Amino acid sequence: MAAKPAAHRASGRSLADLRAGEHAVLDRLELPDDVARRLMELGFLPGHTVTPAHSAPGGDPRVFRVDGSEIALRRDTASHLLVRAS
Amino acid sequence: MSACDGCAGGTLATLPPPVPAIGLRQTTVALVGPPNSGKSTLFNRLTGMRQKVANFPGVTVEHHTGRVTLERDSEVVLVDLPGVYSLAPRSEDEQVTHDVLAGEMPGVAKPDAILLILDCTNLGRHLVLAAPILSLGIPTLVVLNMVDDLRKRGGEIDPAALAAQLGAPVALISAYTGEGVEKVSEFLNKTVAGKATRRAPAMQLPVLNDIPKCRAWAARVGTGADYRAPAPPVWTRRLDSVFLHPIAGPIIFLLVVCGVFLTIFYGADPLMKGLKSGVLISGAWLAQVLPPSPVRSLLLEGVWGGVGSVVVFLPQILLLFFFIALLEDSGYLARAALIADRTMSKFGLQGKSFIPLLSAYACAVPAIMATRTIENKRDRIATILIAPFMTCSARLPVYTLIIAAFIPNKPGAQAAALLGLYAAGFLAALATARVLKSTILKSTRTPFMLEMPAYRWPAWRSIGLRLVDRSVIFLKRAGTVILIGTVLLWVVAHLPLQDGHAPTVADSLAGTVGRTIEPVIKPLGFNWKIGIGLITSLAAREMIVGTLGTIYGMEGDEHSPGLQEALHKDLTMGGALALLIFFAFAMQCMSTMAVVRRETGGWKWPILQFTYMSGLAYICALIVNQTVSRLG
Repeated sequence: MAAKPAAHRASGRSLADLRAGEHAVLDRLELPDDVARRLMELGFLPGHTVTPAHSAPGGDPRVFRVDGSEIALRRDTASHLLVRAS
Repeated sequence: MSACDGCAGGTLATLPPPVPAIGLRQTTVALVGPPNSGKSTLFNRLTGMRQKVANFPGVTVEHHTGRVTLERDSEVVLVDLPGVYSLAPRSEDEQVTHDVLAGEMPGVAKPDAILLILDCTNLGRHLVLAAPILSLGIPTLVVLNMVDDLRKRGGEIDPAALAAQLGAPVALISAYTGEGVEKVSEFLNKTVAGKATRRAPAMQLPVLNDIPKCRAWAARVGTGADYRAPAPPVWTRRLDSVFLHPIAGPIIFLLVVCGVFLTIFYGADPLMKGLKSGVLISGAWLAQVLPPSPVRSLLLEGVWGGVGSVVVFLPQILLLFFFIALLEDSGYLARAALIADRTMSKFGLQGKSFIPLLSAYACAVPAIMATRTIENKRDRIATILIAPFMTCSARLPVYTLIIAAFIPNKPGAQAAALLGLYAAGFLAALATARVLKSTILKSTRTPFMLEMPAYRWPAWRSIGLRLVDRSVIFLKRAGTVILIGTVLLWVVAHLPLQDGHAPTVADSLAGTVGRTIEPVIKPLGFNWKIGIGLITSLAAREMIVGTLGTIYGMEGDEHSPGLQEALHKDLTMGGALALLIFFAFAMQCMSTMAVVRRETGGWKWPILQFTYMSGLAYICALIVNQTVSRLG
């Protein structure tokens, strides 16, 4: 993944911070390489739009709509997927 | 015609393959696709009952192989490979898929062709797998499944254009309705005739290691084939707003769980009773027909008793498998796992552990088989290790007998004792999970990721086939072990012969063993007779009831008043409670051990599990007996 401008890093907003139904564009995955690859195979690619949807009771884990699929992630994983500042 | 059997290549290239030679070599075709692409549904449709399940050598990954009959009585062998998103060998599933396709799996021939199954309602993402598959150079049919769904939701694809882009034929099918499946058969016919070929793709394949580039390639291919993605699945969204509703969701979840639980226990009860009496009646008939001899005794007490104790569980197991298949195929299982995840995570487990643990209340064997849905290996092993703590049906006869004999028949007292035993097993499971997950099975970095498939009407045929498949495995695994166990026990209970007659139980080998271990179990309040029962229950827990019946010369049934009375003379209250606790915790089940060995690929885990559970059972029973005897 190419390095992103520092401005994005400073914003530091992640999927875990999004409200249900809010669209956001994925910027980067701050996770170990193998985990990041697995997530990318599921559609969590930089540049893709991600929308949080339903969740388990209590808000964790939450389902994310991305690339035509719905994938559930725990909050601690989602907090490492950073979105672009809009 | 076998002239070409052993000859190598050479002149063959110039000759067209002679028709009768077709039957000489097996044509193998591999089924590859991402999870949730409908691979198994297509496999079941093509092969029907003519399939079998096996493990690849050296790994715990299971695969199905089946035969498909084609034109002119030719046949292909279909191999259903595990669902994968890529061929980069990172998980065991991917390693197996990679090795089979590369022809590196010992004992499995390199496939002559591939059926690549993709969900065309999600083509962009699923096409990513086409890149590594097509680069293998094996003739491939790209099967776009769920075309009925695609059309219903307003999507579109031009298969001819896609075929041109990929340089491989494309079939639009619905494995669920059967639409277009004939195109798959056509391809298989071509493969057998050696006419399935590969063309160079119009679109150059991307660098395989770069996922963003592969995904961009897939998008370009899709655009080139006029792919229009379908609208979001309306019904799935509607159902999710109920099933994943913050309040209704958990309530429905609990209702489903309770429904499954109650049906397994109460729904299966009449069937189980029917089977039990069937076994008894046929046994009585056999006893009349056969002349008295050691063979008759072996047949009746060993074989028939063994078969009986396995068959009786079958209705429960079948119902359980039916519910699991139904939940899985409809798409609800993923939602249930999502709802259960938070609670399970408190004990270091995850949502997908939930269903196997629920199943373990019927029997640990199918529960351990059900852990296959857990991709994370450590989570899976932790689930396997704690599953036998759940109170399975085989413990109930023991509990019933001891509780009826020792717990005062006051309102609620007996029920409370039973409930306490259920709770003891459950708490031991959770505590063990916590310990395991914070020590030897500390979670790897693979976090919880769960795809929510669209809800679907289950394909009954597919569920039916799976039921048959799983039941056969259950009968084979549990059945053989228990049968061998009961026959062995019969032998040790009837040897050594005294004056050509079987000895009394006390003088038999079993009695000798019972007395040998007596010093060890004495502190628990057990005498040598209970000792024999503990040994026989190693084959299957409920066997202790029949054994005690034989020893005391009473009817070997948990409701037998004679047996209850006889036990009263030999067990103190402390010993009885200790026996209950012992059965709650000990891994008295060879079938479970056999399945754990198979599923974990070695003896390490089952031995550890057996040692741990027996140790825990011994210590807890010791504490209970010593405490109660001192108080009383």
